[in-house]
Amino acid sequence: MTALCEIRQLAVTYRGETMSALKDIDLDILGGERLAIIGESGSGKSTFARALAGLLPDGAAVAGSLRWSAGQPRAGRDIGFVFQDPSASLNPVLTIGEQVAEGARRHLGLSRRQGEARALEMLERVHIPDPAKALHAFPHQLSGGQRQRVAIAAALAARPGLLIADEPTSALDMVVQVEIVALLDELVREGGMTLVFVTHDIALASGFADRVAIFRDGMLVETGATGKVLAKPQAAYTAALIASHRDLATPPLIHEAGR
Amino acid sequence: MTLLDVKNLDKRYASGGRTVTALDGVSLTLSAGETLGLAGASGSGKSTLARLLTRLVPADAGTVRFGGEDWLALSGGELRRRRARMQMVFQDVLGAFNPRATVGSVIEDPLRIHDIVPKAGRGREVAALLDRVGLPAAYAARSIRDVSGGQRQRIAIARAIATRPAMIVLDEAVSALDVSLREKVLELLVALQEESGIAYLFVSHDLAVLAAVSHRIAVMDAGRIVESGPAAEVIGNPQSPAARALVGAVPRLIGQEDRNAV
Repeated sequence: MTALCEIRQLAVTYRGETMSALKDIDLDILGGERLAIIGESGSGKSTFARALAGLLPDGAAVAGSLRWSAGQPRAGRDIGFVFQDPSASLNPVLTIGEQVAEGARRHLGLSRRQGEARALEMLERVHIPDPAKALHAFPHQLSGGQRQRVAIAAALAARPGLLIADEPTSALDMVVQVEIVALLDELVREGGMTLVFVTHDIALASGFADRVAIFRDGMLVETGATGKVLAKPQAAYTAALIASHRDLATPPLIHEAGR
Repeated sequence: MTLLDVKNLDKRYASGGRTVTALDGVSLTLSAGETLGLAGASGSGKSTLARLLTRLVPADAGTVRFGGEDWLALSGGELRRRRARMQMVFQDVLGAFNPRATVGSVIEDPLRIHDIVPKAGRGREVAALLDRVGLPAAYAARSIRDVSGGQRQRIAIARAIATRPAMIVLDEAVSALDVSLREKVLELLVALQEESGIAYLFVSHDLAVLAAVSHRIAVMDAGRIVESGPAAEVIGNPQSPAARALVGAVPRLIGQEDRNAV
């Protein structure tokens, strides 16, 4: 795989802050890969996602370079972005159809009617039940999981080659999380897209990412093939993250089995 | 000893011209010193139940006996006094506090309101409570805004145990925390239970969290409890589709030759 984007010595400092949110990041995003950016609060993982997408707020100081093999990408056209909270990324007063069509109309030059057809096609692809009806629904009429499906449809409507998902399941319950991850995985495979998936959950990432990059305190701690990093973490921090994972096979903290 | 006895709770909401049934004949019991994990997806009714038990929303039908009393019949000053016995810790509950509040004032409030310790002793009690949740006494002077999420949740726990409750309702109390902090807060809750015999009703969509701390687990779906039993049984052999979905949804570390191998 060739590098879609070569990131060198990337550093970001938000306005009014003395500490860098991100520093000395060297990382290649490979075309067609599924890369998980993993970190806890304050690790800089979301800043990284925003820097990559060109979505940093005004006044953020950026140093270093992002070299794109296919030229400077346009947000919305070449890069789709899915946020943590679908309620915040969807406009409450626009219909689902209008917002899914918006990116496609703007970037692909579609007519109103073509835009609606594209929105319908996208709602089908993200498995919204009764997509023709959903076109005319408003965000508040859908569940959180369905809203995130709509946000994904909107992010992909203009056929971007890169999808960046910033904690797309953290505001959802775990049953819905499984469905959304499966959906992203399916769409990325089908479309031959590159996926950058930001998460705090190393176990979630281990289920589908080709590569993982572990962030801590604004620095890139470790990167490598998912299986390799999980089996043989090089950094003590990665090992600690793995050790603190809790699932149903982890011994309980209570001492008695029941009463 | 049964501390909490809930029978046939119903709760409906009007939403957009429709009636939504949030709770439909919910019954459960909780013993002193026990943790009941209440699992369910979004919209299953588990948070409604938490809010109803803490008397934040009224029930439409059903009974709740808590400590032998008719809990839903209490009102006014009587309810305020009894609230000391059933506390709550919700997800980042202190995030909604006045940002000018200090850690000390947040913990001292319930001591004053419920007259737990005389005024002269409150500073010492605040220090003791901070110590019990693993924070230095000097934190009392800090602004609630200047502490991390994990510390804030410890402070919420300190505030909850200040009134020496028999029971705490925890609703997604660790969901917003990073994994390393989450483990420490769970350990703290278990230690406090072992010391003081507090009962917990622990509400979460994360079965891995409930598995860590629960003696029994009840699974909710569409306003009903569809399955309940000893934690190990519900997790090891889930019967209902809702319980199976929750078990299947817990991410496992893949690619590690591991302690979690099946």
